[in-house]
Amino acid sequence: MQPKKRKKQATATLRELFVAWFKIGLFTFGGGYAMLPLIEREVIDKKGWTDKEEILSIYALAQSVPGVIAANTSIILGNRLAGVRGAVVAAAGVMAPSLLVIMAIASYFDYIMKSVYVLQAFSGIRAAVVGLVAAAAVRIALASLKDKPAYAIALTAFVLSAFTEIHAIVIILGGALAGFLVYYFGAKGRAED
Amino acid sequence: MLMAFWHLFTGFFKIGMFTVGGGYAMLPLMQQEIAKYGWITPAEFIDMIAIAEMTPGAIAVNTATFAGFRTAGVLGAILATASLALPSLLIIVPLSNFWEVHRDHPILKAIFSGVKPAVAGLIGAAAIYIAETAFLYDPLLAKKDGFPVDLRSLLIAGAVFAAVRKLKFDPIKAIIISAVVGLVVFGF
Repeated sequence: MQPKKRKKQATATLRELFVAWFKIGLFTFGGGYAMLPLIEREVIDKKGWTDKEEILSIYALAQSVPGVIAANTSIILGNRLAGVRGAVVAAAGVMAPSLLVIMAIASYFDYIMKSVYVLQAFSGIRAAVVGLVAAAAVRIALASLKDKPAYAIALTAFVLSAFTEIHAIVIILGGALAGFLVYYFGAKGRAED
Repeated sequence: MLMAFWHLFTGFFKIGMFTVGGGYAMLPLMQQEIAKYGWITPAEFIDMIAIAEMTPGAIAVNTATFAGFRTAGVLGAILATASLALPSLLIIVPLSNFWEVHRDHPILKAIFSGVKPAVAGLIGAAAIYIAETAFLYDPLLAKKDGFPVDLRSLLIAGAVFAAVRKLKFDPIKAIIISAVVGLVVFGF
C-alpha cells in the first residue's frame, strides 16, 4: 500500500488532457471564474496536475495575457504536462463542447429560447453555480491567505474589483508590485538589519 | 466564400489578440467586428449573449462559434473558434515556459506571493457578481413581485454550497441535479 498523501505524478496523456478539459468546458456555465470549481475537481483533486495554491498563479497569468481565460488556463496546464501538443489538445478540449452545443442550438434557436422548461432548468443551474463559486472562493481564501500582508492585498483587491471599474489586470499588477515590495524588498530589508 | 473564411480568421484572431481578461471584455471588439463584416444581425448578437451565458463554455468562444456557424456552417464555426484561441497559444506557450523555469527565483516568488491573494480577492468579488446576476436578474424569476430574491434559488445555492464544501460533492453532479430540481420547483 502506498501512503495516502503521496503526490500523484504530474504527467498526462493527450487523451486524458482532452477528456478532462472537455468535461470542464461542458459543465462551465458563465465562463471565467465559474469554471474554477470544476478545475479544482478535475485537475487538482482527481488528476493532481496542480494544487490549490498554484492554480491562483496560473489564473493570474491566464487573465493577464490576451484571450479567453478558460482557454488560456487550459493552454498553460496543457503546455506544462505535454508541451505544445498538450496545449493545443487542452484548448481544443475546453472549446469543443461550445462548438457542439452552440451549433445544435443555432439550428433550433427560436424554439429553445421560448421553452419554459429550458428556462426553469437554467434557473436551477444558475443558482447551483452561485453555490459552487462561493464554495471555491472560501476554499481559495483559506489556501492563499497566510499572513497579514496577504489579507490586506486580498481585501484591497476585493474592494477594488467589487466597487470600482478598475480592470482585473491592473489589480493583478498591483498585487505583483505589493508582493515584490513586501516579500522581496521587505524581507531583504529585515535581513540586513 | 474564401473571402468569408479569411474575414472570420482575421476578425476573430484580432478579437483574441487584443482583449485581455476574457468574457465580457471581448464583447465591445466583437460587436465592432460583427458590424464590420455583418456575420450576424445586431439583434442576433444580443440573443447570442443570452444564449452564451446559458450554455456551457466561455462566452467569447460561444459567440465566435455562433457567428462562424451562421456565416459559413460547421467549417466556419471551427475556424472562428480556432482563430480566437490562436493568439493565446502563440503568447502563452513561450511565456509559461519562462515561468516554469524561473518560478523559484526569489523575485518571481515574491511577486506571485502578492498576486495570489489579489486573485483570491478578485474571485471573491466575482462570486458576489455571479450571485447578484443569478438572484436578481434571472430572466424567469426577476419578473415576479415581492421578495427580490427567489427563496428557491437561495435554497438551491445554499444546498450546493454545503454539499460541495462539506461533503466534497462532485460539481458536475450538483449542476445536473440542480437543473432537474429547477425544472420541478420553478414549474409552480
